[in-house]
Amino acid sequence: MPTIITLIYYLLVGFFSVCFLYNFIKSKKWSEELLYLIVLLPFLLRLFRLK
Amino acid sequence: MNPTVNWRKWLFGLIFLAVLIPAGLSFYRSRHLAEPVVLGPGVTGVKKLSNYFPGIKGSINDAKIYILGEDSGRGSVLILGGSHPEEPAGRLAAWIIIENAKMKAGRILVIPTANPSASTSTRPGGAYPPDYSIKTPWGEQKFRQGDRWSNPLDQWPDPEVYIHYPSKQQLAYMDVRNQNRTWPGRHDGLMTEKTCYAMTQLIRQEKIDLVIDLHEAELQYPVISTIVVHPKGQDLAALASMTISAEEGFDIGVEYSPEALRGLSHREIGDWTEAIPLLMETPEPFLDATRGKTDQNLLLTGRDEFVRKAGKHGLLFEKLDEKGWPVDLRVGRHLSSIIVILKTWSELRPDRLIEAEEIPRYSEVVGKTTGFYLKDPARAPANRLFFE
Repeated sequence: MPTIITLIYYLLVGFFSVCFLYNFIKSKKWSEELLYLIVLLPFLLRLFRLK
Repeated sequence: MNPTVNWRKWLFGLIFLAVLIPAGLSFYRSRHLAEPVVLGPGVTGVKKLSNYFPGIKGSINDAKIYILGEDSGRGSVLILGGSHPEEPAGRLAAWIIIENAKMKAGRILVIPTANPSASTSTRPGGAYPPDYSIKTPWGEQKFRQGDRWSNPLDQWPDPEVYIHYPSKQQLAYMDVRNQNRTWPGRHDGLMTEKTCYAMTQLIRQEKIDLVIDLHEAELQYPVISTIVVHPKGQDLAALASMTISAEEGFDIGVEYSPEALRGLSHREIGDWTEAIPLLMETPEPFLDATRGKTDQNLLLTGRDEFVRKAGKHGLLFEKLDEKGWPVDLRVGRHLSSIIVILKTWSELRPDRLIEAEEIPRYSEVVGKTTGFYLKDPARAPANRLFFE
């Protein structure tokens, strides 16, 4: 069971990482672009198992 | 797309990568830093926790066990460093024993990194350094800084409430990753619980008499400069405490393990195995919440003006002056305490004698430094060199 929960957790992290990246590309406001990247950073560090 | 917007996105993207890549590399290097251990003359074998519980095999927490002496029916002690790796004096004391001690009777089993996973991360928001270096006569030896809890990369997510097994006591959610809240462990539990279960099996199968769990504590925490002992080891701890205070050059108290607080080594090992558990705490200002800059200097010197100011307001349970609490002093306290505990144990139980030599005591470590007792891995034969 813990393995399945961990797997779902990583799927969620991956899903939201794609969402942030998509919104960054689509956004036309510089403040939002910056915000999406700042939020994306810890998600990628976790997804790549760095932190 | 507007060319200005396009240009801006590329710029932001490059800045993002300029932050992500160095940070990622730094975290990766810190997590994978190999710490050399040179087997001393007393080491007769190296095992892993999976030798006692196969369920931990393949996990980062399949910790190494360094065995000093032969199994000749005499006594055995298990020394745990790095249950909380952010408390470095315990790990360094364990290192010095592995690299220097010789056995005259009985055995010492040492696990210098009892929670390897916790040694690969630092506290989120704590601004910890990734590692620290100890000066030695042959150069510097680098160690991972570590944290109190297992790395979330190895055990995640945490539950809403951690229910301790088998007491069913409710504890703080993150303590499901705290190795000193998951004793006696669970064979089908989470990684940290499995690690404690493996160590419980080791204690039973190797017929361990004493378990000494080496820790450090913040000065604003009342359990400090003390030996915390299970009730069945009261005589041993009291006698050792008196001897240490009289002969070793520093004072150390004794506290009894509370029955109502579950999951701690000094309680559960005593309840679930034949061994007597003792947990030792030295002062580490690095851990205090009111500390200033959290760097390697603070970790190794124990000098901090903000924690001192807390002391002036009567908020500390241990003295702190301009000299601080240098790591040599803290390592020396652990080593002298171990020497006296083993001597006292051997006097109380001559049938389970544990006699070691070449373990430096407090005055020697303070005089010569911790690094003096660390061996040069470059000069070690390949079969006597291991990595944590």
